[in-house]
Amino acid sequence: MSAPESTPESAPERAAESATGSAPETWLVLGASSAMARALARALANEGAALILAGRDDDDLAALAADCRFRGAASAEPLRWDARDPATIAPLIARLERAEGKVSAAVFAGSMPPQAEIDADPALIDGVAADSFTGPAQVLSRVAPLIEARGAGTIVGVASVAGDRGRVGNYVYGAAKSAFATYLSGLRNRLNRAGGHVVTVKPGFVDTAMTWGLPGMFLVAPPEAVAASILKAARRRRNVIYTPFFWRYIMMIIRAVPEPIFKKLSI
Amino acid sequence: MTWATREIAGWGRVLRAEAALARPERQRTARALAESAPVPALGRRRSYGDACLADRAMLTERLDRVLAFDPETGTLEAESGVMLGDLAARLAPQGWLPPVMPGTGFATVGGAIAMDVHGKNHHHAGAFAAHVDRLTLATPGGPVEVTSDDPLFALTAGGLGQTGPILKATIRLARVRGDVMMVTERRMAGLDTFCDALDASDAPYTVGWIDATATGPALGRGILEEGEVAKGLVPPARRGRTVPLDAPGFALSAPVVRTFNAAYLRRVPARGRTVVRPIADYFFPLDKIHDWNRLYGKRGFHQFQCVVPMDARGALRAMLERIGKAGLASPLAVLKRLGPGAGHPMSFPVEGYTLAVDLPASDGADRLLGVLNAATVEAGGRVYLAKDSSLTAQQAHAMYPGRAAWAEAINARDPERAYETALVRRLRLREPS
Ligand SMILES: Cc1cc2nc3c(=O)[nH]c(=O)nc-3n(C[C@H](O)[C@H](O)[C@H](O)COP(=O)(O)OP(=O)(O)OC[C@H]3O[C@@H](n4cnc5c(N)ncnc54)[C@H](O)[C@@H]3O)c2cc1C
Ligand SMILES: NC(=O)c1ccc[n+]([C@@H]2O[C@H](COP(=O)([O-])OP(=O)(O)OC[C@H]3O[C@@H](n4cnc5c(N)ncnc54)[C@H](OP(=O)(O)O)[C@@H]3O)[C@@H](O)[C@H]2O)c1
Repeated sequence: MSAPESTPESAPERAAESATGSAPETWLVLGASSAMARALARALANEGAALILAGRDDDDLAALAADCRFRGAASAEPLRWDARDPATIAPLIARLERAEGKVSAAVFAGSMPPQAEIDADPALIDGVAADSFTGPAQVLSRVAPLIEARGAGTIVGVASVAGDRGRVGNYVYGAAKSAFATYLSGLRNRLNRAGGHVVTVKPGFVDTAMTWGLPGMFLVAPPEAVAASILKAARRRRNVIYTPFFWRYIMMIIRAVPEPIFKKLSI
Repeated sequence: MTWATREIAGWGRVLRAEAALARPERQRTARALAESAPVPALGRRRSYGDACLADRAMLTERLDRVLAFDPETGTLEAESGVMLGDLAARLAPQGWLPPVMPGTGFATVGGAIAMDVHGKNHHHAGAFAAHVDRLTLATPGGPVEVTSDDPLFALTAGGLGQTGPILKATIRLARVRGDVMMVTERRMAGLDTFCDALDASDAPYTVGWIDATATGPALGRGILEEGEVAKGLVPPARRGRTVPLDAPGFALSAPVVRTFNAAYLRRVPARGRTVVRPIADYFFPLDKIHDWNRLYGKRGFHQFQCVVPMDARGALRAMLERIGKAGLASPLAVLKRLGPGAGHPMSFPVEGYTLAVDLPASDGADRLLGVLNAATVEAGGRVYLAKDSSLTAQQAHAMYPGRAAWAEAINARDPERAYETALVRRLRLREPS
């Protein structure tokens, strides 16, 4: 994907690159039908990456794959994956195993049903957890050995600022994102030993289908800006990024509000 | 959520609307929307007046992918929200270009078909729809494939979105040998010289910049630019960048514009010159300055664009006299030759001379537009509806003789008139007579 930087961490990565020759880096994108994933896939295509675009909307993934090939991807193929169906994991991993160069993965899957619907039907919690945490984590835990074996590779996990503190408006979604962020932190700890790297991405409001028309949105970032900051973070081996960056400070303040006060707020 | 409420404006920013907008990101969601809530589609809103305004609409900007490209034959299938400038940037290095490019690269494939846009090569290549093999329309009953020989195609080409949202289209690209433009610029002393030179030019791309402030013997003076695609032997030259808006202290008062225009003219030596320019700079000179329409201030501006028949040079002269006297024009004025029209009832380009002038909004501009619109009808010409903000319904009906039959066919398909835009309503384009 990029020239390795001269950090001590990148030494094994460089070794791995020379061992695997000039094969393009292969990226598995989970939840590739999201607008943010589209933007990242295009940016990667532009750099000549090989793309495996995984998700449920076959028709949309085929369109994205064609577009990525047009934009210079070494290859781009759609592959079916449903976070709620563990049987769809094996083909993804089999496909990644066949890839020659470095393998990396980015997770965009997640779902945020209105909190009121969840309150009325708590069985929905399982689905939110599966889409935003357990489903993607099961895939990543199978990608991890490939990264360890090759001594290189990046995992990008899209969590959310919503996971930094539970709010009345979306606390189930927030809980799933928070769990995912914790998982990513542990995975980073694990892969770091083998030359791999994990970037946790916490977007604020992003202008996608998920937020279009929702009341109370402000400072909404274009998905292309988010994708650009993700790529930059992956290159620099950043650990946790907020995007746009100022959300780090907004969330610092929100986390600093004492619980006795926070519980009375409706933000 | 499906709908977001936003204020939208035409590019001239004179006409605005508060609209409920849906913005599907996928073909599937676009189809579902078209089936449950038929509304007109809008592209990047590069139309100047109210052609791209409606109270409810579907934005196509996220339907922005190239679905297929054959580098051997140059056929390309794209979603309707793909911008022509993006296509040009990616295709030129591979030896292809969109077959027709308007003066902004932000125009989308859907907008290019619905306005049947023309470029600097109209005299050779015709308008955009002539290069479309087929398209997919979203209808309440599901998507419909329309090939170029289908009668529905003629209703859709230049059809102002009234046959429903175009979801995707397959176009035939133009083969080019190179990735820069070689441009020859020559001074034109007056209108007759200008028109003669436009008639005689056989360059692939031809456009004229005209000094709309000139009067008397200088009336109609300007610069003829003839371009062709070339190989980049010379690195794209900075000095080739010739955007009038680069002028420092740009202001639109009459004396400033007059002085500026005179200087702009003198920039080209009397014997002419040839410069090399990047493709995007040549085709989309203003796009580098994002949101340049804001330079006209809060009130915004109008663009008047008409085409008059070849034998109506006199009418053109009279219009330029009125414009020069009024002293309201901005430096952005263009004179071009259009070749024969495609015969689609609402498609603008027909054979003749086309004049485009920007006018900052004012009461004087309204009066001048009234005069120019009437003069166009009188000359047997027509106004481009992508630019219009000031015609009367009666004038529009006179300019587009195929309109009534078109309206009948359109209304039969869409009796609820779900696809009407603000322009279609203002000019009563779908009324029986
Ligand atoms: C600087 C500048 C220079 C220009 N130069 C030229 C020029 O040289 N030649 C020329 O011909 N025009 C020119 N134009 C006008 C412009 O090309 C047209 O207005 C074009 O239609 C804009 O495309 P858009 O995608 O922004 O469409 P919009 O302005 O958003 O919409 C235009 C019309 O197309 C319809 N439409 C848009 N997308 C779809 C779709 N997917 N399905 C169905 N209907 C749809 C809309 O309903 C509307 O009626 C210029 C405009 C600017 C700002
Ligand atoms: N938009 C924001 O403001 C914002 C802010 C912070 C974080 N995020 C996070 O950013 C990511 C991208 O979101 P987005 O805004 O682009 O919205 P989106 O379009 O709704 O994206 C969500 C993606 O998750 C996929 N997904 C959901 N359930 C799935 C399942 N069971 N199996 C496989 N894929 C599944 C969806 O695929 P389908 O096409 O199959 O539905 C879709 O591609 C999400 O994780 C979201 O939580 C968004």
